[in-house]
Amino acid sequence: MKLNIHIPEPTKPIPDIRTGEGLLQWLSTVDHKLIGIMYLCTALLFFVLGFGEALMMRIQLMRPLNNFLSPEAYNQLFTTHGTNMIFLVLTPMLLGFATYSLPLMIGANEMAFPRLNAFSYWIFLLGGLILYASFFAGGMPNVGWFSYAPLSERFFSSTKGVDYWVISLLLMGIGSVGAALNFVVTTLTMRTKGILMNQLPLFVWMVFVNSFLILAAFPVLNAALFMILIDRQFDAHFFVSATGGSPVMWQHLFWGFGHPEVYILALPAFGMVSEVIPVFSRKPIFGYEFIAASSVAIMLLSFGVWAHHMFAVGLGTTFNAFFAASSMLIAVPTGIKIFNWIATMWGGSVQLKTAMLFALALVVNFTIGGLSGVGFSLVPVDWRLTDTYFVVAHIHYVLIGGSLTGGFAAAYYWFPKITGRMLSEKIGKWHFWLYFIGFNCTFFVFHFLGLLGMPRRVYTYPNLPYLGTLNLFSTISACVFGISFILFFWNIFYSLRHGKIPGNNPWNAWTLEWLTSSPPQQKNFEKVPLVRSRRPLWDMLHPENPDWKRENKSKIKT
Amino acid sequence: MGRILNSIHRFFSEMSRSSSPNEDYINKLFLWFLLLSAIIMIIVIVAVLIGAIHYRSKRYQGEPKQITGIKWLEITWTIIPFLILVIFFYFTVRFMKDIDQPVVKDQQADIIITARQWWWEMQYSNYNITTANELHIPVHQKLLIRVESGDVIHDWWVPELGRKIDAIPGTSNYSWLEASDTGEYKGACSEYCGTQHAGMRILVISETKNEFDRWVQEQQKVPSPPVDSVGQRGMRLFSERTCAGCHFISGTVAVSHIGPDLTHLASRKTLISGVLTNTPKNLYLWLQNPQKLKEGSHMPNFILSNNELEALLKYLEDLK
Repeated sequence: MKLNIHIPEPTKPIPDIRTGEGLLQWLSTVDHKLIGIMYLCTALLFFVLGFGEALMMRIQLMRPLNNFLSPEAYNQLFTTHGTNMIFLVLTPMLLGFATYSLPLMIGANEMAFPRLNAFSYWIFLLGGLILYASFFAGGMPNVGWFSYAPLSERFFSSTKGVDYWVISLLLMGIGSVGAALNFVVTTLTMRTKGILMNQLPLFVWMVFVNSFLILAAFPVLNAALFMILIDRQFDAHFFVSATGGSPVMWQHLFWGFGHPEVYILALPAFGMVSEVIPVFSRKPIFGYEFIAASSVAIMLLSFGVWAHHMFAVGLGTTFNAFFAASSMLIAVPTGIKIFNWIATMWGGSVQLKTAMLFALALVVNFTIGGLSGVGFSLVPVDWRLTDTYFVVAHIHYVLIGGSLTGGFAAAYYWFPKITGRMLSEKIGKWHFWLYFIGFNCTFFVFHFLGLLGMPRRVYTYPNLPYLGTLNLFSTISACVFGISFILFFWNIFYSLRHGKIPGNNPWNAWTLEWLTSSPPQQKNFEKVPLVRSRRPLWDMLHPENPDWKRENKSKIKT
Repeated sequence: MGRILNSIHRFFSEMSRSSSPNEDYINKLFLWFLLLSAIIMIIVIVAVLIGAIHYRSKRYQGEPKQITGIKWLEITWTIIPFLILVIFFYFTVRFMKDIDQPVVKDQQADIIITARQWWWEMQYSNYNITTANELHIPVHQKLLIRVESGDVIHDWWVPELGRKIDAIPGTSNYSWLEASDTGEYKGACSEYCGTQHAGMRILVISETKNEFDRWVQEQQKVPSPPVDSVGQRGMRLFSERTCAGCHFISGTVAVSHIGPDLTHLASRKTLISGVLTNTPKNLYLWLQNPQKLKEGSHMPNFILSNNELEALLKYLEDLK
């Protein structure tokens, strides 16, 4: 048997998947652009599953004491929904954009480790498929996305779902660590001539900083996952209190990963918005140094805030006070970003393209999510809000209002570069408004539900005042929200055939990815001119008023 | 207009219900936080709108002035939020200490609450009473509760009566419970604990001292054995059909503590941890098929005949 099949180098930038040869080229590729596209398509695919799960939960909750789903089915759905959206949608979406754009933005032709790049993707996909394989092995995991011990121990969860969950997350964790390593080394070693570390585009900078978060946080998760796996398979007792283990240790380990994870999902989205807002305001980003430094502050602080998920555990006043302080502190660098984005718009010449609208939606919605987050750092308030629907509101404002909205801004911004077609602005505007209204109507009422006393993760609720009405309103809004995604899929489908053909630089942007053709050839750049500032394309277009003159002048001054 | 304002007011007061000094602290801090959030939100939204509307490019007229930052502005919006948070931190710590007052050494808890999948057991150490799912407390009395778990992690939460506290296996957590009004307060387990997490509700009844004492006396009584033949048959069935294997009824052979204590079942307001009101019909349906009313519950379906159901029902309904 011949194991070595010769696959010709693709001649087209995006090989045709319908031909056998094209399919092989996709499967065997180590090109960062194709791998990036595969990440993004995988994210879209899993998104459909995750949204379907969410809709089923919303139907079950639309009236009190509903019988649409059994409790067991509901519990499997919310666990899979959470795991799916965090690990199989947002993570690949952010990794996908980073894998695609990061080398282009620093004028590189490839990632530092192309094979590791492919490995990261495929092992991530394997992890995702294993999560859903549990469905055929006797039931999906049913213990929530943070799988608290001892509920996740074999004695209380005897089906195979949790084992599949553990193995799936382990594999995806390994993939993420590989990808992060790749981003770090690529940023450090593959920059084209002239780019200094303090001249990186902010998206690259945030992916770079974020990669250190991944490198430090995922090993904690993987260690905890191995421990629970050993507990379940070999009867160890890491988290079984009756035999000397500690269930609270699982919480420390999980949130030691889990809270940085929230920032792992947020920082790249902040990076995307930091690219989009200046371009559509026709001004450089306001306070580059402050945005860059605040990202580092967030990265460091995020390792010291995990126990604000555990204020109800009863760990003592001193302990709680420390984590209250650190959790409040992390709001400061996040606030700096919000103010700088707004200041970038002020005095600019703002073009409200769809990408910009999504970026602004992030500024508004993430502020709501960030503020409700401050609420949890006020310990007595947390004692009221934690584990209620208020938390569900908060996490969706952070992850949808922040990460996913940033992802859509990036999608509209980079789609012409990736595919060589513009997304339709007309469908895009409809998509945006339905998305913005649908999202806020669905999730804002969750704040009220939490305050009214509805705990999270309940498959049903008694007929108490307002609960039925608010839940019904949320379910109807979720359908509007769903329609906005159908429009997005339609937009992709339509624009791939009939979209306008952009030039190299349809938005008049300033970073290096817009220098090459859309889509770029397999070799990204034939030649990159010497980069002397943060906005190389601005310098090229405005030789009379280049950035590097100004940046150097300020350097001489200080 | 007045009606609308009225219903808005009702809605918001429903969300800030409080019947205890502890919840008053929480509400106060939450209100300040809400005020601050509203102000910041308004600033951000208005600033974004100004950016989007006032600075919108009407026509393309060359590039605007390329400003890269203003240092004093950056320092301002770093320092001001920081100072606001320092103030909030001060009150966080102060209120936290007010709510979680330290327990005096060797102080015994008034009530021991043990959470189990999916019901609550309450023991009154001073009165030697054990009951389930319904907590009676005297009004205006500050009680120390000890919260424990018999299996997985649960969380005790009655919104009007103050803080949440986790029930963790292998650990005892302490918290203060005080009601400032008489009445019934509904709560729920608030940490996900398995299939019937939603079916693990709490009812706290705050009563005057007299009412509470009367209730204690009633609970301390050992129920007299049934005198009628149907009730006697029910009592026999209770041990024969292995009900006694899990449940406790004072003065009988049923001495197990795996399921809820049923000594005074008929005196309780609700059944199966607050899922149903305690009526003979509901109890009948529950005995007929527990899995239908609370799917996943640890009580199996004993496939009892109608005759047996009637007898058991008669017996249990007399346990006042």
